Amino acid sequence: MDLTALLLSRIQFGFTVSFHIIFPAFTIGLAAWLTVLEALHLRTGRPVYRTLFEFWLKIFGVAFGMGVVSGVVMAFQFGTNWSVLSKMSGPIQGPLLSFETFWAFTLEAGFFGVLIFARNRVSPWFYLFSSAMVALGTALSAFWIMVNNTWMQVPLGYVVQDGRFVPVDWTKIIFNSAVWSRFPHMILAAFLTGAFCVAATGAWYLLREKHRAEGRVMLRMGLFLAAVLVPVQLVFGHFVGDYVHDYQPAKFAAIEGRWHDEQPASEVVIALPDPTAETNKYEIKIPVLGSIIASMSLTSKEVGLTDFPPQDRPPVLIPFATFRIMVGCGLIMLALAWLGSYLSVKDRLERNRLLLWSIFLSFPLPFIAIITGWWTAEVGRQPWTVYGVLRTADSMTPFLTAPAALTSLILFCAVYVFIFSFGTYYIYRLLRGGPSNWSMSVVHQEPVAAAGYIAAGE
Amino acid sequence: MVMFWVSLLAISVLLYLLLDGFDLGVGMLLGTTNSEDNRRAMLNAIGPVWDGNETWLVVTGVILWGAFPVVYATLLSAFYIPVILMLLGLILRGVSFEFRNQHLGTRWIWDSCFILGSLAASFMQGVMVGAMVQGLRFTDGQYSGGVFGWFSDFSILCGAGLCLGYALLGACWLVRKCDSEVREVARRQIPILAAAVLAFLVVVFIHALSDNLPIMHRWIDRPYLFAFPAIGVVAAVVLASSILHRNDYWPFYMVSLMFVAAFGTLALSFWPYMIPFEITIDAAAAPPSTLSFMFWGEGLWVFPLMLLYTAIGYRVFSGKLGSMHGHY
Repeated sequence: MDLTALLLSRIQFGFTVSFHIIFPAFTIGLAAWLTVLEALHLRTGRPVYRTLFEFWLKIFGVAFGMGVVSGVVMAFQFGTNWSVLSKMSGPIQGPLLSFETFWAFTLEAGFFGVLIFARNRVSPWFYLFSSAMVALGTALSAFWIMVNNTWMQVPLGYVVQDGRFVPVDWTKIIFNSAVWSRFPHMILAAFLTGAFCVAATGAWYLLREKHRAEGRVMLRMGLFLAAVLVPVQLVFGHFVGDYVHDYQPAKFAAIEGRWHDEQPASEVVIALPDPTAETNKYEIKIPVLGSIIASMSLTSKEVGLTDFPPQDRPPVLIPFATFRIMVGCGLIMLALAWLGSYLSVKDRLERNRLLLWSIFLSFPLPFIAIITGWWTAEVGRQPWTVYGVLRTADSMTPFLTAPAALTSLILFCAVYVFIFSFGTYYIYRLLRGGPSNWSMSVVHQEPVAAAGYIAAGE
Repeated sequence: MVMFWVSLLAISVLLYLLLDGFDLGVGMLLGTTNSEDNRRAMLNAIGPVWDGNETWLVVTGVILWGAFPVVYATLLSAFYIPVILMLLGLILRGVSFEFRNQHLGTRWIWDSCFILGSLAASFMQGVMVGAMVQGLRFTDGQYSGGVFGWFSDFSILCGAGLCLGYALLGACWLVRKCDSEVREVARRQIPILAAAVLAFLVVVFIHALSDNLPIMHRWIDRPYLFAFPAIGVVAAVVLASSILHRNDYWPFYMVSLMFVAAFGTLALSFWPYMIPFEITIDAAAAPPSTLSFMFWGEGLWVFPLMLLYTAIGYRVFSGKLGSMHGHY
C-alpha cells in the first residue's frame, strides 16, 4: 500500500481522534461522579466523600487538561487536511461544532475554574452547582460531537447548492433516531469508563490493604453503577445496530462478515474475512441468528457485501474485528459487574482476591471498547465522509503532499506519545499515592493549598 | 446577519490576540529566569485565565467554519504546516501547566516545553498574519500556493515580530499582576521589548514599501486608516511615560491599545476582503439558513454570556496576586 497523502491524512485523523476520545470518555464519567460525591458529602456530611472528591478532582484535572489540548486540534484538522469536505459541509458541520464550543466548552472551562480555584470563595451549594455544570458541559459537548458525526453518517435535512451542503431542516439534523441511539451509546460508554476506573482503583487499594474505607466506597459505587448500566448499554448498542442496518447496509454487512445475501441469515461469530476471495475463512456461525439480530425476524433476507460495487464497499477486516472486540469487552464487563455486585451485597467480595484482581485489571476494557467501537463506526462508513454523497478521496485538501502529511503525522505521534506517557505516569502516581484524608488536613486550613502543592510536587 | 458574524469574528480574534497574547508572552519570558520562585509567580499570574484565553482561539475557529466555511477551509489548508506547529506548541504548553507540578524531577522538561511551545505558537501565528498581509497565491479563485505558499522572509519577519509583541504584552501583564523581583525584571524588559517592536514595525514598513505590497495601495485610497497608527503612537507615548513613572497599571492597557490599533489597521485595510484580495466577506459567508441558526442558537445570547463570563473571571482574579493561593 502506497503512503499517499490521503492514507496519511486518514491515519492522522484516526490517530488524533482516538487519542482525544480517551480523555473525554474518562472525564465525562468522572465529572458526574464528582457531582455525586459532592452531593453525598453535602447530604451526609461523611468525610470519606469529601476525601474522594478532592482525590478524584486532581485526576480529573490532569485528564481534563489533556482532553482540552487534544480537542483543540480536532477543531482545526477538518480544515487542514479535509479542506474540500470542510468547505462543502461547513454550513452544517460548522454550526454544530460551534454549538459545542459555545454551549459546552464554555460551560466546562468556566465552572472547572470554580472547582479548582474557588472552593473557599463560594458557598457549598454553588460549588455543588459548579460541579454539576462541569458534568453537564462534558455531556453537552459529547452531544454536539455526536450530532456532528451522525450527520456525516446519516446526512439528513440538507440540499446541495453551489457545491455545498445547505441546511434546510435543522430539526432533522439534530433530532433523528440515529442521534438518539448513538448519543446515549456514547454517554453510557463514558459513564461505564468512569465506573470501571473507579471500581478498579478501589479494588487496587483493597488488594494493597491501603485506604480501605475509600477503596470500599469506590469499589461498590463503581460496580453497582456498572451492573445497572452495562445491560442498558447493550440495549442501546442494539439500537445503534438498527440505524446501521437501515441507513448503512454495506457497513452492516462488513460488521457481520456477510459476503452474500442470505435468507434467513446466519450470524458469524468468528472468522477471518478474505476480501480477495469474497468469503470467510475459519468461520463459525449460528444459523438464523443473523436475521433475528438484524430484523427481529426468523425469515428476513439480509444483504451481503457483494451487492455493492467494489468501490462502494468498506474495508471488512477492521470493522469485523473491532466490533467483536468491543462486544467481547462489554460481555466481560457485564460478568465482572454482576458477579462483583452480587458478592458485594453478600459481603464476600473483599475476601475474593481473584475477583478483586480481575476488577483491578479490567480498567482498560472500557477504553478498548470505546476505541474499537469508534473504529467500527468510522472505518465501516468508508469510502464516504458524508455517507453516500461525498467520498473520502474527494474530501481531502487537493494540494496536500505526502511528505507534508507524513511530517505532521510523525510530529503528532511523537508529541502525543510523549505527553501520553507522562500523563499516564502522573495519573498512575496520583492513583498509587491514594487519597489523603480530608478531615485531617482541614484542621490546618491555611496551608492546604501549599501542602497540596508540595504533596503534588513532592 | 453576515455583518453580525463578521463582528463576532473580529471580537473573538481581537480577544484572542490580547488575552492569549499576554499569556503566550509570559510563557516566552519564563525562559528569561531560572528562579523557581519567579517562575511560580509568573505562572500564577496566568494560571487561572490561560485556558479561558485559549478558548477564544477555538471560538474563532468554529465561527470561521460555521459562518465563513470557504475562508476556514482555504486558510487552514494553505497554512497546513504553521497551523500544525502552532497546535503542537499549544498542546505542549497546555499540558505543562498541570504536569510541572506533578513531579519535581521532571519539572525542567515541562518548563522547557512551556517556553518552546509558547514560542512556537506565537511565531507561527505571526507567520500566518504576515503571509496574509503579503497575499496568498490564487488561481481562478482557488488557493494555488501549495504547502509552502506561506513561507517568505516577510512572513518569518512577522513571526519574530509577533513574538516580540506578545512578550511585551506579557511583561506588562507581569508588572500589573506581580510584585517584588518579577515586577522589577519585567520593568527592565519593557523598554527593550518596546524598542525591538518599534524597530520591527519600521523594518516591516520598509519591506512593505520596497516590495510594493498591494496592501500599501489601500493606505493611499483610504487616508483615514492613518488614524490607527496615530492611536498607536499616542499609546506608545503614554506607555513610555507610565514606565518612567513606575506605574503598574497603565503599561498593559497601552500595549493592548497598540495591538487594537494594529488589528484595526489590518482589518480595515483588508475590508471588504477576508482573504486579501481574493475572497470577500459576502462571497465567503455561509447560507442564510446557517447564519440565522447560529444567530438564534448561540450568537445572540451565548456569546454575550461568554463575554460576561470572561469579564467575571478577570474580576475575580483582579489585582495583585499577593497571598492568593491557587492550584498551580
